[in-house]
Amino acid sequence: MSAPDLILLAMAIPLIGAVLIVLAGKSPNLRETVTFATAISLFAVVVSLVSGVFHGERPAVSLIEILPGLDIRFEIEPLGMMFACIASGLWILNSAYSIGYMRAKKEHAQTRFYACFAIAIFGAIGVATAGNMMTLFIFYEVLTVSTYPLVAHHQDAEARRSGRVYLGILLGTSIGLQLVAIIWTWFATGTLDFREGGILNGHLEGPLLGLLLLLYVYGIGKAALMPLHRWLPAAMVAPTPVSALLHAVAVVKAGVFTVLKVIVYIFGAEFLRETGTGDWLMYIAGATVLLASFVAMTKDNLKARLAYSTVSQLSYVILGAALFMPLSVVGAGMHIAMHAVGKITLFFCAGAIYVASGKTEISDMKGIGRVMPVTLFAFFVGALSVIGLPPMGGSWSKYYLALGAYDAGELVFIGVLMVSSLLNVAYLLPVVGRGYFSRPAGDDGSEKPAIKEAPMFCLIPLCLTAFGCLAMFFYADQLYQFLRPIGGG
Amino acid sequence: MIAAHLPALQIVLPLLSAPLCVLLVRARLAYALSLIVCWLAFAISIMLLGQVLDGGVISYRLGGWAPPWGIEYRVDLVNAYVLLIVAAIGALVITYAGPSVAREIGGGRETLFYTSYMLCLTGLLGVTITGDAFNIFVFLEISSLSSYILISLGTDRRALTASFRYLIFGTIGATFFLIGVGLIYQATGTLNLADMANRVEPLGASRTVQAAFAFMAVGLAVKAALFPLHSWLPNAYAYAPSVVSAFLAATATKVSIYVLIRTYFSVFGPEFSFEVMTLGPVLMVLSIAAMLIGSMIAIFQDDIKRSFAYSSVAQIGYMVLGIGFATVLGVTGGMLHLFNHALMKGALFLALGCLIWRTGSVSITAMQGLGKRMPWTMAAIVGGGLSLIGVPLTVGFISKWYLLLAAIDSGLWWVAVFILISSLMAIIYVWRLVEVAYLSPSPDGAPSGEAPLVMLIPTWVLVLANFYFGVDTRVSVGVATEAAKYLLGAGS
Repeated sequence: MSAPDLILLAMAIPLIGAVLIVLAGKSPNLRETVTFATAISLFAVVVSLVSGVFHGERPAVSLIEILPGLDIRFEIEPLGMMFACIASGLWILNSAYSIGYMRAKKEHAQTRFYACFAIAIFGAIGVATAGNMMTLFIFYEVLTVSTYPLVAHHQDAEARRSGRVYLGILLGTSIGLQLVAIIWTWFATGTLDFREGGILNGHLEGPLLGLLLLLYVYGIGKAALMPLHRWLPAAMVAPTPVSALLHAVAVVKAGVFTVLKVIVYIFGAEFLRETGTGDWLMYIAGATVLLASFVAMTKDNLKARLAYSTVSQLSYVILGAALFMPLSVVGAGMHIAMHAVGKITLFFCAGAIYVASGKTEISDMKGIGRVMPVTLFAFFVGALSVIGLPPMGGSWSKYYLALGAYDAGELVFIGVLMVSSLLNVAYLLPVVGRGYFSRPAGDDGSEKPAIKEAPMFCLIPLCLTAFGCLAMFFYADQLYQFLRPIGGG
Repeated sequence: MIAAHLPALQIVLPLLSAPLCVLLVRARLAYALSLIVCWLAFAISIMLLGQVLDGGVISYRLGGWAPPWGIEYRVDLVNAYVLLIVAAIGALVITYAGPSVAREIGGGRETLFYTSYMLCLTGLLGVTITGDAFNIFVFLEISSLSSYILISLGTDRRALTASFRYLIFGTIGATFFLIGVGLIYQATGTLNLADMANRVEPLGASRTVQAAFAFMAVGLAVKAALFPLHSWLPNAYAYAPSVVSAFLAATATKVSIYVLIRTYFSVFGPEFSFEVMTLGPVLMVLSIAAMLIGSMIAIFQDDIKRSFAYSSVAQIGYMVLGIGFATVLGVTGGMLHLFNHALMKGALFLALGCLIWRTGSVSITAMQGLGKRMPWTMAAIVGGGLSLIGVPLTVGFISKWYLLLAAIDSGLWWVAVFILISSLMAIIYVWRLVEVAYLSPSPDGAPSGEAPLVMLIPTWVLVLANFYFGVDTRVSVGVATEAAKYLLGAGS
């Protein structure tokens, strides 16, 4: 099959999967088999495209002209290729984890859950492979709408309230700001294609350029730039597999991915650097990095803490993009991958602890490491990666981000990155420390507690992703080489 | 041979079928006859559009009398497009009507319904196709009188007052229009629209012409329910039988807006309308008020039909806003929304009809747990709702795209802001339904089960059309753009 056909196939697989999941709804085992088959075949198709892209190919295909001069168009470049690989690859592990989690918690409406999940992945793949801003926007909205039923899964008052925040912010910003930015771009340039070096050069200048950037970065609510980050903590009411894959990887990464795409291929990083109209963005991103870390420290609920940690980490990516340097942009791209693997591990662990012990608050997790040693160790590994310590993948992306800040002459942001790492240590490692070295109240340590891990379906995926954090450390250079074209260098 | 007489057949067929429905007595026979005629009318409208696209404007002399003395049916791209909308909705709604009418109207009044329905369709098609100002008035009255009957057939007794109110407003509107026509006839000596256009221009901005313009514009604004002359609409749509709400919401105001467009652009010409009479700011302010106030009220309605009726007031604002820009992009946006809104509201009101058929109520409490009880109906409401919000891949998105583009093109940023605010309000009034239907448990003993397929299929045809025309926009955008160019070119 030719590469363009493979792109279309990659789009079709999750959709067909969603239909089959609904049809197989009566038989849970068959249904989960369908999910697995879909996820694995999707990953296979996506991976088959990698080597071509690495060698400089940019496979593209146009589907239909939706408005005069505007096609639904797919085109793969390195950044999107990487995002598609992450989303589809982690979907396989997450599907296994979902089975363990959803069955152990005896969740209702599981068919809806798996079907919406497949559609959300369809949206994420569409975002990753979109060949112009219009197509990207369409799939961005598919992702928003299809994840709403997952966020509101429990259908109680809290789910309803959170669902409102979630949909209100994401749909509101995308229609209220992003769409305007897109139409404005279209009006100014007559194209929405992603081109190397951007399309706006020569069409807009001065403060208007900065305003357009503002409309984009806040219109892309999924990037959770403060103060429009509230939807992400709200989304934590969802079952943990949703938080893990969607609200640590697919949805939020679609957000920062879109920001990167816009800066690199719509504005052109160099153009923004030269005009200096986008400099405010790095300060907002830097502030978000720190503020969100501080908020994370105050949260006792583990998922809430992880959510704020995600808000902070997402702004690393935005910061990297907003420094407008080749190295920082590549570093931002790498951070999408590194943080995805690290954070999904942490969420898997949080969910596993909830499944096995019913605990959600960090203060209740004293001594949890004696009961669930494997899970807590995986959490430790994931935490190291998120903090950015070797030998975990996260250290490399931080390294490149810092180099980028140095190149840009913005040394203060190296400081921001370092302080943020310290804050990460302060809010992630106590969970591990207390889990191993403290004892729950009323336990004098006279008897050794029995080991009670989560079901295998939960445990194996989180071990694999923890291993992934380690592996990424050693394969970081390949990733760097792969992403280098987006830096323009 | 027949092809040459299609313009006449478009009107004569439904007109003749109306009295036949009375003679047939039995509801079933009347239904069958209306069904056949409506689909024929739809087929004719497609053929007419085809003819116009191939060979340009069609001028049909009724009875062989040459214009400007005889009545001329004149079909160009603009009204061929509106004819298609009206006839398509007419055919889909009548297909759906059988069980819904039997349940909601019943009691031997069904033939009356079919008769009025066919008359109303005749009137709407007639207004659209005719090229004669007085003839427009006549057809306007045919459609209005029959729609008063249709609305008063509603089960709720408040339907009677709603219908009466509409009667008063409708009559005032039509009278104003007629006064305008009278004045212009006095000034030009002609009733033929094309001829009128030629003769108005040399008169310039004389007081008679200005007065005629004002009367016609206000009269039509009443019929089109443009804010603040909309107050007849919410109750009329809310208490009419479901079929009627769907039909009127998707067609009646659209036809009035078509006449507005015709008057502003073809008869008086864009220069007179927008430069001499400075219609642009007037229309913009009123339509923005309609968008904001209509959407705001829609949020607080417990009766969903009323909520969507107020939403219609807002959506009419979108259409008029597009016209108010008086640019090709703006008028394209307005014309597109004419078509797109017919699809959205048609789908939504038909889905509500399914809800009434099963539960007998359209209050928001009747929707608790509806996602489980009537999954297809509720999914249709979600589909139509997404289109109303303007989510990409729906027709609502395409309308919004053009309106925003037109606002930016004219440099009117503040207008773009209001369009967006109104869209965000649509999220609220649509999503509260989704919450109630999917996140609330059903009350005990709530009726469940889907409406009959005869009702569901037309509903879903319209829902899918919302998505189909949101992706494949060649027909809708193509025709609307050409029509807009034609309208704006005609005056220069």
